[in-house]
Amino acid sequence: MKSIKRLSILLKPYRLRILAIALMLLTLTTIDMIFPAIIRQVIDIGVVGGQSHYTALAAGILLGMGLFKSLISFGNRYNSEWLAHTVAYDLRNQLYNHIQRLSFSYHDHTASGQLISRVIEDVRSLQNFTGQGFIELTRVVVLMIGIIFILITTNPLLAVISLLPLIPLTLMNTAFGRRMGKMFLAVDQTLGELNSRLQENVNGVQVVRAFAREAFEIERFKAVNQELYKKQIRVVQEMARVMPTSSLLVGLSTLLILWFGGNMVINGQITLGELVAFNSYVLMLSGPAQQLSWLINAAGETSAGLQRTFEVLDQQSEIRSPAQPVFLPKLRGEVRFENVSFRYRNEKKDALHDINLTVQPNQIVALVGPTGSGKTSIVNLIPRFYDVTSGAVKIDGVDVRQLDLKTLRSQIGIVLQTSLLFSATIRENIAYGRPNASMEEIIAAAKAAQAHEFIMEMSKGYDTVVGERGVTLSGGQRQRVAIARAILMDPRILILDDSTSSVDTQTEHLIQEALRRLMKGRTTFVIAQRLSTVRQADLIVVLDHGRIVQQGTHAELLQQPGLYRQIYDLQLRDQERFQEEMEQLQAQELKKVNR
Amino acid sequence: MTVQTAPTQFSQVTPPQLEDLPYKDYDPEVTRQMMGFIKPYGTKILISVFYMMLSSLAAVVGPYLLQIAIDDGISVGNLVTLRNIALLFLLAQGIQWFFNYIRVKMMAEVGQSIIYDIRAAIFKHLQELSLSFFSRYSAGRITARMMSDVSVLRDFVTWTLLAVARDIFTLGGIVGTMLLMNVQLSLLTFAVLPIMAVMTFAFRRRARDNYRRARMAISWVNSVLAENINGVRVVQSFSREDTNYAYFRDVVNGYNLKANLKAARLSSIFFPTVDFLGTLAMAVVIYVGGSALLGERLTAGVLTAFVLYIGRFFDPIRDLSMRYDGFLSATASADRILGLINAPVEVQDKPGAGELPPIKGEVRFENVSFHYSDDDTLVLQDINLHVQPGETVAFVGKTGAGKTTMIKLLARFHDPTSGRILIDGHDIAQYTQHSLRSQMGIVLQDPFLFSGTVRENIRFGRLEATDAEVEAAAAAVGADEFIRSLRLGYETPVEEGGAVLSVGQRQLISFARALLADPRILILDEATSSIDTHTENIIQQALARLLQGRTAFVIAHRLSTIINADRIVVIQNGRIVEQGRHQELLEKGGVYQRLYAMRFQEEE
Repeated sequence: MKSIKRLSILLKPYRLRILAIALMLLTLTTIDMIFPAIIRQVIDIGVVGGQSHYTALAAGILLGMGLFKSLISFGNRYNSEWLAHTVAYDLRNQLYNHIQRLSFSYHDHTASGQLISRVIEDVRSLQNFTGQGFIELTRVVVLMIGIIFILITTNPLLAVISLLPLIPLTLMNTAFGRRMGKMFLAVDQTLGELNSRLQENVNGVQVVRAFAREAFEIERFKAVNQELYKKQIRVVQEMARVMPTSSLLVGLSTLLILWFGGNMVINGQITLGELVAFNSYVLMLSGPAQQLSWLINAAGETSAGLQRTFEVLDQQSEIRSPAQPVFLPKLRGEVRFENVSFRYRNEKKDALHDINLTVQPNQIVALVGPTGSGKTSIVNLIPRFYDVTSGAVKIDGVDVRQLDLKTLRSQIGIVLQTSLLFSATIRENIAYGRPNASMEEIIAAAKAAQAHEFIMEMSKGYDTVVGERGVTLSGGQRQRVAIARAILMDPRILILDDSTSSVDTQTEHLIQEALRRLMKGRTTFVIAQRLSTVRQADLIVVLDHGRIVQQGTHAELLQQPGLYRQIYDLQLRDQERFQEEMEQLQAQELKKVNR
Repeated sequence: MTVQTAPTQFSQVTPPQLEDLPYKDYDPEVTRQMMGFIKPYGTKILISVFYMMLSSLAAVVGPYLLQIAIDDGISVGNLVTLRNIALLFLLAQGIQWFFNYIRVKMMAEVGQSIIYDIRAAIFKHLQELSLSFFSRYSAGRITARMMSDVSVLRDFVTWTLLAVARDIFTLGGIVGTMLLMNVQLSLLTFAVLPIMAVMTFAFRRRARDNYRRARMAISWVNSVLAENINGVRVVQSFSREDTNYAYFRDVVNGYNLKANLKAARLSSIFFPTVDFLGTLAMAVVIYVGGSALLGERLTAGVLTAFVLYIGRFFDPIRDLSMRYDGFLSATASADRILGLINAPVEVQDKPGAGELPPIKGEVRFENVSFHYSDDDTLVLQDINLHVQPGETVAFVGKTGAGKTTMIKLLARFHDPTSGRILIDGHDIAQYTQHSLRSQMGIVLQDPFLFSGTVRENIRFGRLEATDAEVEAAAAAVGADEFIRSLRLGYETPVEEGGAVLSVGQRQLISFARALLADPRILILDEATSSIDTHTENIIQQALARLLQGRTAFVIAHRLSTIINADRIVVIQNGRIVEQGRHQELLEKGGVYQRLYAMRFQEEE
């Protein structure tokens, strides 16, 4: 009920057009019902009655009505399609715009794949239903009522007799529709299994080859393939039962009309024309009788889809600019955490607990700690991806919740380990945060990010399309484009992750160099994995279980026992050893030279 | 067909091109090869066509019987004729029902069987294809072949093939019966047929383009939408909401609306026009027949039958025109499927290749050179390397130096262009791939886990291993502890790609998998991604355990691994330039030392 109300809001701008469509539909159905009556007159008056001039008249009327019907039909078809596509267009826009503004919390708890397929499927089902289903349903209902009325007024007995087979027809198709719905669902599920089996095999092809498990995989695939075969056969067998039986029942109607109606004609109870018209009317009904259940099912599915859609649209993002926002278009970059505690939605434990931290403009802060210690949570609070549970995060002394969101975020740059690029050219990806940047600025950013060189090696340079439909960049290349993207924004506050995954030593070197340039002159928060970063940091914050356990510089923290020393021993010492050996080597070189 | 380029915010990204939907001309070779799949069911298909003929003719005869019943029964008051005709009518309905029923059942089996065969054939072939194939042919494309193309084919085999037969029989039957009833009037009525046929085919051609454009447009909409949702965190980070919304609304979604409305306009004109042609034919029949212009008065029965037949004219014509499209898209799908099935297998077992006997693990590269089949640049040049059983060899070098290629050749994912690789003195090219790889363990950089339980994933290494052996392997690499802490322990399901586990945990599972296989030769591509302290500690111990007592080749990233290796092999531009232990190589001051220095520099 609620979704019908929402739908009517969606349809409101088009109510005149809907009215026009309804009127045209009514006209069309009426004309459809007049045709058999004309044939009946032709037979009774023209053929049986011998008044041949009447047939000429009838032919003329038929032609005129046919022309009229075609014109109306054109208007009706086009306008209903127009309505369907326009409503779908509107709804898709609304969904797109709404979803992209929902908070991180919402997206954390919603599987994106499901969300996407829901938007796609539900909008499509609404579109099909408004375009065809709804119109057809109305037509079917009007037609059924009209025809049954005509039949009963012509001859109630023959009407009942001839409509008899249509009752099992309707019932059978209704049951069929329900069963088919379930069967298709089962087929879809198995199809999904087949698909994931295949995907996995292809994605894991190296493992399959490495362990020589091809035969095993073929067997596993065969099992699903057979299952699918069985389920699909079941569907078609169901069709094989129902479809021919439907046409048999329709044929039975004609047979009953022929036999009983024929007798009535001979006995003078009805005319021959009426008999023929009767048959035409019943044939006209047989289609709708079979469709009705499908249409009702479709209506049910559409309304369920609408309900889901409206659920998404009803989600409110809790992260929004306040009514009277503070605009700070030029941040100094002082960041302060005051007694901040934070808990993710639906979690039982705090992710951050009583954090107090003051960062001066242009300081580099390294966040260090085991996985799950709260490093990412801390940085997520600065651009207000989440709101604190208690306490406050203040930038330049103002609570981030009082700031204008767009102004705030446009001054914060973020570079993470896995850098997502969009299906667009490299140039557009770099300019993502500043679509109006000039080409010179873009190139300068790419150069600073050590990306210019590899971009120029590509056949189309900056106009190379990357992403799903374009060139696939390596992890290291993607990361450098993401760095350029952040550089171009020239953010006052920078959030980054210094880890480099799956890149060789040389690329790693380039990336670290690019990051170093990026950090200069900005307040920087680094989720640090590298010795070079922690050494460079003005402040190291060591986190454990959501609390700050140590703070200080590298040298200071190494002096004290604690988590930092442990982490250093396990992870960073390896990197230190490189350095020591190199120093030894250099010393040896030096000796050689001195000698 | 050309696609209009919409003005875009992302200027270079236009609606997806039609490359994946080529409507190619009819290609007899495709048909010939597809016939190979259809042949086993040839007899059944022929029988089905015969059934189809019977049921179509039984359907067509209906109005004719009605005519006789009216003219010879009802009009003249002959109850016997009426009864006989009614019985005949019942018989025709019965025939139609029966043959339709067995035909649909039969063809459904045929269609599904063919599709089953094709899917199995594709999958089997995928298991034989070389790895390089998978780097060219994305998982998405393979899925598209297996899912959508195969479905197109299935619909074609199950429905289209026989529908064509039905359309032809029905159309022929109608024309024949009408002629039988009244030649002149029939000919007059048929005058609209060519108009209908020409219009229909012209319409289909244009509609096809329109619908394809509309389909493309919606898939573009969907992919832009999906990308925005997947990347929503980046979108918000860069405050791109307004720009992206305007782009989506005006460009992408707007293009879709336009494309759909264009398609709708055409079909809105077409169907009413065809409808009108039907009415025109009917008016002609009534006028000419009723006014006795042709000398003979129309009987009520003939008029009724004609009206019914005219109503059925159009369906087969429209269907036939649609079938042609169905045929074209089925051919296109078949073509793409065959492209996959016919993809050449690069590494094949030699005819009569034997089983490699159990090995000790001595490995020798003899003058091995290699280049890819589509590129003449040598990736490896004149490699000579002799590794003793039990030795750990670390490959070191820049990306693209040839480290991975060395490993791929050893596992025989490719065959050397020249030279030989010998294991215990046996040339590996002379034995089956299966017998080689089942004695070899390979641990990849990205530890891929299959959906299934943790236990099943470890058991993938040796299918016949007992539960106790699986757990022992896990314990040996230090994975037992965290596995037991999982919700269902060893029976915890792992999502596709192992999403619930951390990278480090997945690595440990892949180590256990390799350890369970207990290979004589181990190949390890070390992961570089950062791992938390605790896990890193365990992994270093696990590695030592894994490498122990076997010949191992490691593409090394951890310093500890490199230092502990029995031998470091430095590869540069496809050649081995240095070999030796860590300290030796450092003191030598060559390539290794420079590579080493590069890592060092950034620490400053």
